[in-house]
Amino acid sequence: MSSEKSFEASLDELERIVKQLEAGDLPLEASLELFEQGVKLSRDCQKRLDEAERKVEILLRSTDGTYKPAPFEESESEE
Amino acid sequence: MSQLDFFEQFSKGRRALSVSELTARIKTLIEAEFFTVWVEGEISNFTRHSSGHWYFSLKDQFASLRCASFRMQNRLLRFKPEDGLHVRARGRISIYEPRGEYQLVVEHMEPVGLGALQLAFEQLKNKLAAEGLFNSERKRQLPLLPRCVGVVTSPTGAAIRDILRVIRRRNEALNILIAPARVQGEGAAQDIMRAIRLLNGRAEVDVIIVGRGGGSIEDLWAFNEEPLARAIAKSRVPIISAVGHETDFTIADFVADLRASTPSAAAEMVSAARDELSLRLERLTRDLVRAMQQRTNRSRTILGELERSRGFQTLRSRLQSALQGLDFSLNSIERIFIRRLRLHRENLNILAARLSEADLARSLGAHRRRLLSLDARFASVAQGMITSKRERVSVAAGKLNSLSPLAVLARGYAIAFDEKGRAIKRAKDVRAGDRVIVRVNEGQFDCTRNKEE
Repeated sequence: MSSEKSFEASLDELERIVKQLEAGDLPLEASLELFEQGVKLSRDCQKRLDEAERKVEILLRSTDGTYKPAPFEESESEE
Repeated sequence: MSQLDFFEQFSKGRRALSVSELTARIKTLIEAEFFTVWVEGEISNFTRHSSGHWYFSLKDQFASLRCASFRMQNRLLRFKPEDGLHVRARGRISIYEPRGEYQLVVEHMEPVGLGALQLAFEQLKNKLAAEGLFNSERKRQLPLLPRCVGVVTSPTGAAIRDILRVIRRRNEALNILIAPARVQGEGAAQDIMRAIRLLNGRAEVDVIIVGRGGGSIEDLWAFNEEPLARAIAKSRVPIISAVGHETDFTIADFVADLRASTPSAAAEMVSAARDELSLRLERLTRDLVRAMQQRTNRSRTILGELERSRGFQTLRSRLQSALQGLDFSLNSIERIFIRRLRLHRENLNILAARLSEADLARSLGAHRRRLLSLDARFASVAQGMITSKRERVSVAAGKLNSLSPLAVLARGYAIAFDEKGRAIKRAKDVRAGDRVIVRVNEGQFDCTRNKEE
């Protein structure tokens, strides 16, 4: 939950940076610094968007009675 | 001996029957005659006894019939009888001897008009709505970026296939964790509840789809049972209900945080937020690069105006060609830079000599200082370029950086800051002995301003 909150917060931060840059009233060096921050935020966010592994698993009851995830084989036979 | 003979015998002998005897005879007769009977009427005086038995009357315009319905039967009824309800009841007539009363012992009851399931649905819906279980403020937001989507359904049903098809088609970076459950028949609701509990116990799951494909109201019934509705309301993880087709509504739909019209639609929902975020990120990144480009373009224009003065032209073109030289070849960059640097130094010496000869020291003092500062900057940039050649290769490979003004630093520009971190725009901003911080592509280093000439 916290990671996605920070994802949105990162996007908001990026938005703020873009607005500041677009306003154009900052000295060049401050703009550069902002830009660098923006690039870093953008990369972090992109990384987070791509990080799931596209796993499909099913919880199966094991011998000790607990449920453990196992790869899910889709059955094509039944309708 | 026939019934009639029995009574004849007593009446002839003037022997009176005891109340018990008569009542027993009536009981035998009546209970045999009305062992199984269907009767239709309206419920009134309905009372629930703490034992779980129900007592009420069935009546029509002209008559009234006492009824009792015992706990075991009551548990099997899907709707809750109430006063005013028109029902058909099946049962047997029983005589309660101590009071000389008869009553219908109900074995089964069904509402007239509305189907029993339909009525049960409406009753439970009203009850849970009154408790506030469907209130919109109870509904939780779906996570924007679900890491793992729990799915409660039959592993062999149509719902899971539809969900996986959508996820695959959209090529979503999503993990799916299926908690198998029977979704129809006896015990299905308990199965689904257990699966919801299981998924709630797994930290990685941050949204759950509960559903099944279409079917009759009986097929979908598990999703209309009260314990399941309460389990959905209690779930820590937000739940999307996805039961049947678009026209099928179940209690689970009302109590869930979100209702999807079909399992496919549920899969679209968990993906939609990701898409939105991804689009927003793309747009913001584009805007970021564009804003920075505009910013540097403006600086470049201003710089161009400042440098248009005579005497800077030659130096400026030298600088430009030197910088263009950087782009010719990464392999020869070192060589080019050393040559350019030499050329530039010679040129600078000529210019400096010319300036002093013309005895314009006073008016051109600023220009000269600027030349010197450019020279120093250029030398350090060239040095930086040489040492960071490898770095340049990887930077050039980065798509974003190829667009970015950071790449300008990577191409050898540098920014000089004073001790307060302000960019030095004029040489006269720095006095002899002042500390100067020069920022290049890879970090920064300190300098000290030489003695003024």
